[in-house]
Amino acid sequence: MNWVALRMLLGDRTKFLGIVFGVAFASLLMGQQMAIFCGLMRNTTSQVRDIAGGDIWVMDKNVQFVDDIKPMSEGKLQLVRGVEGVEWAVRLYKGVGRAKLEGGNFQQMILIGLDDASLVGAPSPERMLVGDVADLRRPDAVIIDEFGWRYLFPNEPFAPGKTLEMNDKRAVIVGMCYCNPTFQTFPILYSTYSQAIKFLPQERRVLSFILAKAKPGTDPEALCVAVEAQTRLQAKTNDQFFWSTIDYYAKRTGIPINFGITVMLGFVVGCAIAGQTFYLFTIENLKQFGCLKAMGVSNFRLVRMILLQAAVVGFLGYGIGIGGAAGFGYAMTHFVKSTPPAFYMPWQVLALSGGAVALIVTLAALLSMRRVLFLEAGVVFR
Amino acid sequence: MTATLTATESAIRLKGVTKAFGTGESKTLALDDVTLDLPYGELVLLVGQSGCGKTTLISIAAGLLDPTAGEVEVLGKNLTRMSGTRKVNFRGEFIGFVFQQYNLLPAMNAVENACVPLLIAGWSRARALEKAAEVLTKVGLGNRMKSLPDQLSGGQQQRVAIARALVHDPKILVCDEPTAALDAASGRTVMELIKAVACQPDRAVIVVTHDSRVYDFGDRIVEMADGRVEKVSVLTPGETFQPA
Ligand SMILES: Nc1ncnc2c1ncn2[C@@H]1O[C@H](COP(=O)(O)OP(=O)(O)O)[C@@H](O)[C@H]1O
Ligand SMILES: [Mg+2]
Repeated sequence: MNWVALRMLLGDRTKFLGIVFGVAFASLLMGQQMAIFCGLMRNTTSQVRDIAGGDIWVMDKNVQFVDDIKPMSEGKLQLVRGVEGVEWAVRLYKGVGRAKLEGGNFQQMILIGLDDASLVGAPSPERMLVGDVADLRRPDAVIIDEFGWRYLFPNEPFAPGKTLEMNDKRAVIVGMCYCNPTFQTFPILYSTYSQAIKFLPQERRVLSFILAKAKPGTDPEALCVAVEAQTRLQAKTNDQFFWSTIDYYAKRTGIPINFGITVMLGFVVGCAIAGQTFYLFTIENLKQFGCLKAMGVSNFRLVRMILLQAAVVGFLGYGIGIGGAAGFGYAMTHFVKSTPPAFYMPWQVLALSGGAVALIVTLAALLSMRRVLFLEAGVVFR
Repeated sequence: MTATLTATESAIRLKGVTKAFGTGESKTLALDDVTLDLPYGELVLLVGQSGCGKTTLISIAAGLLDPTAGEVEVLGKNLTRMSGTRKVNFRGEFIGFVFQQYNLLPAMNAVENACVPLLIAGWSRARALEKAAEVLTKVGLGNRMKSLPDQLSGGQQQRVAIARALVHDPKILVCDEPTAALDAASGRTVMELIKAVACQPDRAVIVVTHDSRVYDFGDRIVEMADGRVEKVSVLTPGETFQPA
């Protein structure tokens, strides 16, 4: 009888495509919006992920997320180095600077100053596209990120030696690296810490973060607790900082609500199109279901037939929709080179939109089933 | 009331069957104390004005509808005491249906439609299709196996429906106004087919009709009016039916 159910479903090509389209549209909208949301949220943490090398981040007590800079006095570095369990601790400057381009235009830049001696937090070798991090030790040297280069010098292949001006100081681009797309989307410049300070207007305090490594055998989380106890600073593991940054953006911006609304809309539209078409499909076939009922098909079997039909349109629609969303994301991350993409589709997005689709088709099937179950077999003669 | 029905050669026995629809003001008595015995091997015509209860009667006899009062015995089984599930299986196994509007599945071709009762009975699709093809040939549609319902004329669709109703070799064939939607010639073809192919010594065939053109096909004619059986006439071959 499964075969009959499928023939019934496929028989009305227009309705069938309508239902599949509805489910596909809902999955596409939900999957795509959730993935962009995840992408945006993930992008807020790109620098936590990119500036690797340490186990913990130490910062001012009031810092809430990675772009929230509250400089500390230089003396804090020694304090942190003095905490039991710290293998090493180094400076990190992170801030937004204003660069004057060769043409005379100004552009905001994310400036990252790395400890001169160790260059902790520099792009890993795989992320270096052109040049070498050691080049940062050359006078006025900066390394720019790929998106930044494309943004500042569209259609120009990378060539070392381009100069920018920050705070009336010359910066020479000596290399290009890949950086994960950021939320702010400004170009990113890496330099040494001492170089970074020259690019800034005179300020009393410039130490944004301290990156520290735990001694072998020391648990980073425990180390954070120790650092906080002894320094009146705030310390977070990479993972903690990742989540507190996401937490901040999630709570303090309208992003989750706005995306939540779109995802809800996708769900509602999906329910409306797919649910209604499926329901109409069943209503139109009510006589046929009644006929099958008269001919000895039990309610249980009818329910199975309807569920099978629902599952087929659900799977097809979900496949097409989520495939479309993934394709969109793929295209965005592979073909759009100038702007950093915000698209990230972890398995949770697949599961959530899959769950929502399952809910849509189940609702549609339940609604339809009601009509079929309470159908008097006698209607066949009407 | 304890069953006073005894198993006989009757295929269908109704005793004091009453069926009321609705309650209070809107209550209609569709069947009013109907007692009727229908034997195997005959083509029974159930005739009467529209609204007199013919459809209600065959629905009850086929186990599609429960009577308000009375006893229904079909093939020696008391339907009034049968559980819902068993009744569904009973219908699937022993009863064939032909409807005025054919009720074929529009997405499936003739032979696929005709095999549905066998699928319901759990046959494999290949065997079911093979058997359905045989029966379709018997009803004269051997050359239209792959046609979809909307590629067939009304008369041809009804022949597919008859093939479907007979494919699982039911003990009872119930037809509700099978010719009402057809022109005179197709109607006769359908009735001839029912007479020739459906009627078997071990099968009871009931045809509801108010189409007087087909009265002469009946072996027995049950006339109804206002929910009651007015008259049952047994016709001998060659005899013409005179309505009461
Ligand atoms: N499901 C129902 N609900 C209410 N009234 C019904 C229902 N089925 C039949 N009736 C009524 O019962 C009477 C007999 O109907 P029916 O058996 O369909 O007559 P026939 O088939 O002889 O035209 C009619 O008055 C009809 O309106
Ligand atoms: Mg009727």
